[in-house]
Amino acid sequence: MTRKAGRLPRAGPGLRALAAAGVVAVATAGCSSHAPQDFLRPAGPVARDEGNLWNLTFWIAVAIFVIVEGLIVFAMLRYRSRPGRRARQFHGNPKLEAVLVVVPALLLAGIAVPTIRTIFTVAAKPTGSNVVNVTVTAHQFWWQFDYPDYGFSTANELHIPTGAPVYFTLKGVDVIHSFWIPRLAGKQDVVPGHVNHLALSAPHPGLYRGQCTEYCGLSHANMRLRVYAEPPAAFQAWAEHESQDASIPRSGAAARGADLFVNGAKDGTFPGGPACVNCHAINGLRNAGTRPGLIGPDLTHFASRDTFAGATYSNTESNLRRWLEDPPAMKPGSDMPDLGLTRQQIDDLVAFLEGLK
Amino acid sequence: MVSTTLPVRKPRYLRRTAKTGLWSWVVTVDHKRIGMLYGATAFLFFLVGGIEAELIRLQLARPNGHVVSADAYNTLFTMHGLTMIFLVVMPMGVALMNYIVPLQIGARDVAFPRLNAFSYWVFLFGGLFLYSSFLLGGAPNGGWFGYAPLSTGDFLPGDGMTFYSLGLQMLGIASLAGAVNFIVTIINMRAPGMTFMRMPLFTWMSLVTSFLLLFAMPVIAVALFEMMFDRVFGADFFNVAAGGDPLLWQHLFWLFGHPEVYIMILPAMGIVSDVIPTFSGKPLFGYPAIVFAGIAIGFMGWGVWAHHMFAAGLGPVANSAFTLSTMMIAVPTGVKIFNWLGTMWGGSLRFKTPMLFAIGFVMMFVVGGLSGVTHAVVPSDYEQTDTYYVVAHFHYVLFGGSIFGLFAGLYYWWPKFFGHMLNETIGKLHFWVMLIGFNLTFAPMHILGLQGMPRRIYTYPGNMGWNIPNFVETIGALIIAASILVFIANVVLSRRREARAELDPWDARTLEWLTPNPPPEHNFDEIPLVRHRDELWHRKYAPTPEGVPTRIIAGGERTAADAPAHEAHGIHLPSGSYMPVMAAIGLPVTAYGLLFFPPLIGLGLLIILTGFFGWVLEPQTVEEGY
Repeated sequence: MTRKAGRLPRAGPGLRALAAAGVVAVATAGCSSHAPQDFLRPAGPVARDEGNLWNLTFWIAVAIFVIVEGLIVFAMLRYRSRPGRRARQFHGNPKLEAVLVVVPALLLAGIAVPTIRTIFTVAAKPTGSNVVNVTVTAHQFWWQFDYPDYGFSTANELHIPTGAPVYFTLKGVDVIHSFWIPRLAGKQDVVPGHVNHLALSAPHPGLYRGQCTEYCGLSHANMRLRVYAEPPAAFQAWAEHESQDASIPRSGAAARGADLFVNGAKDGTFPGGPACVNCHAINGLRNAGTRPGLIGPDLTHFASRDTFAGATYSNTESNLRRWLEDPPAMKPGSDMPDLGLTRQQIDDLVAFLEGLK
Repeated sequence: MVSTTLPVRKPRYLRRTAKTGLWSWVVTVDHKRIGMLYGATAFLFFLVGGIEAELIRLQLARPNGHVVSADAYNTLFTMHGLTMIFLVVMPMGVALMNYIVPLQIGARDVAFPRLNAFSYWVFLFGGLFLYSSFLLGGAPNGGWFGYAPLSTGDFLPGDGMTFYSLGLQMLGIASLAGAVNFIVTIINMRAPGMTFMRMPLFTWMSLVTSFLLLFAMPVIAVALFEMMFDRVFGADFFNVAAGGDPLLWQHLFWLFGHPEVYIMILPAMGIVSDVIPTFSGKPLFGYPAIVFAGIAIGFMGWGVWAHHMFAAGLGPVANSAFTLSTMMIAVPTGVKIFNWLGTMWGGSLRFKTPMLFAIGFVMMFVVGGLSGVTHAVVPSDYEQTDTYYVVAHFHYVLFGGSIFGLFAGLYYWWPKFFGHMLNETIGKLHFWVMLIGFNLTFAPMHILGLQGMPRRIYTYPGNMGWNIPNFVETIGALIIAASILVFIANVVLSRRREARAELDPWDARTLEWLTPNPPPEHNFDEIPLVRHRDELWHRKYAPTPEGVPTRIIAGGERTAADAPAHEAHGIHLPSGSYMPVMAAIGLPVTAYGLLFFPPLIGLGLLIILTGFFGWVLEPQTVEEGY
């Protein structure tokens, strides 16, 4: 082949360029092996079923790719024009053409059968006594997770017990979002006016990351989520803790923060907008419990979360301080405005919020 | 046409007859000039859309990029998509159709020359209207498929999506006018003997594309009207609180949107189907199969729209049905690829620049087609959809496919347009640089998508494993930009340095090469009589008993250039007209009225009506107007 290529100067540089592009592509793939949203490293049965289908299709596609592109390159080398040679004129070969219709059709039929079987498998509603129900409400730009069996609400961070089927009910309230945890299951859109469902399970403990995958506005990129799969006992403990009211501080900066949370600076407002309680709930805090119509995350156990603001920022004091200074600067398009808080007010609110374990 | 013995009476209708100068281009109804206008405009938009793409890539080159803001980024990807689809790939296809189809079927013009001009002006004004939004309160920023309710409610900054609904409506009118024109032209104006099964493939695919446009554009028109009513008049088509349904938009949009995909690829397939036989020295392998595959794609393209909505929650039964229909459409697509390969097989291949682009088209399209099959597999698509894997897929189809195919057409027909060749060496450089840049940009996107990077995110953290592919892609995008500069250099340098093109520079097979380069206004002095598929080839070559063709020494190749000059007399062509451009101007005036100042609506409609009345009443040529 090398000798042959040597005789064919025209194709030489081209093939080398193609080869170079291929090497770069492979090297690129090899360099980035640690990707927390890698769908080809499935961590649950649903993602595994989906990945298996991808593998099947991929290898068939690779075979077709090699054959077709190989034949094209071969034809380019073999049938290049030479002085004095004219091509024989032929118009087709009906038998060969029929074969080339039937073979791809059969290959596709071979893919279609497991495809349709899997469509129905992954769409099935899980049954059993250990099913965990979670209602997902997608907002611009954060996730609300309600656990109806336990009666609490949390945001952006989801805890599930390992080995148990989890059944999500997806509800939209503003625009279309898409709920996706690549290593556990394919995505499902969250469409206002429609109720969609998604089932998955995680056999092994771990942190699985996901994010919104339907363009939903300014901060689409900042609408992420985390799934913590824990052994059933740990999950049970977490759920019981989440179901309890927050412990409200009685004195110091944190107590001033609690007061600001409910009453604002004056008249229930801050210079740049209403007090926190107009949008957020904290169960256990007087006049701040869960009510219908709230548009911000439930903050009852805010400090127990690793992240905030669409799971985009680590839940640290300095990040929270920056956030309270100017939320839209950290998350463009955020519904939470710059409230015009003073330094002192921010210190008090941070002290209060970081105490909500 | 302008006789020296005109009476000195004042004409009742003003029609231009000058053949040079700016006004001659404004009022022209010559399909070749309109084709050039389409092509030049589309190329300028191509540069703009390319700059938008480069900005997108610069923003994503590194994690936590700060090249542009979130809002600017959303505007950039929306306008990049709209520009490349509606202002580049579609009109560039139309440009070639305009110039080439009448020549390929042996006609003197299109059926409705003024409608043709109207189509161009509406396209131009629609494009400019869309871009004027940058100066008038914000460009479209809801994604090119403008999903409701994000685009219809009050969820995005600015008026951009109103510009979207009105601008696309105009572009749709342009496409509809063009589609009607080409359907009538191809069906009615073929030269004697040019039966359907003797038509060149580019003409065939133009016909199929025109039918797709004819049926697809009304669907998007309905959707856009509903969006406009929601945005401008506070209607509630997509407002859930008032009983509207966001999925209605998705169904309407993709019922248009999927045929639209074939609208963009079929003309390129037609070009490649003409270029490969020419440079293989062989007739197209399996002509009937490739024609019927094109028609089959045209029909089946209507039954696959919901594969864009697999994750929207249509349920397992609907998803299964659309997975099957989507897989089925891969079969006729495969037929085309095998037949192009069959055409090269046993040929005598000359690797001129158009042939390189055509082969590049086939090789890249195979990749896009195969990744398309993985999207048809619904459970796998749940993971891939709305990630960079999709971005990779459709760029392999629309860039590796359509754009490579259109460049094949540009290099192939350049001597026809301008009378001189494009430089071969620079052309080949262009091809290789573009091929490398293209693959560096879009191949790693497959990997990124599988690693979970969603599309349309303006930023990403550095710990997701996405850094290296993103950086490589940005390098690739800059290489693509360099390849476009090479093309522009080729255009500029070749204009000065390349010799005049011979009559039939590529040893081609179809009728457009029977005329001089560039053709006279009336195309053919004498309408050719067609006796064969590949008519020109048969006028040049006769088969020997072994099936190898030999050149006919003389006499077979009677062309317009050989014909006695006096034959051009007495060919009546319509004179230039102000009415198409006038009627077209009324549309953006109406649209601005809807956006800013309602009285302008009345003025715009008045202009349109005046234009149409003048159009109906004015005589065909300037002489009849006296």
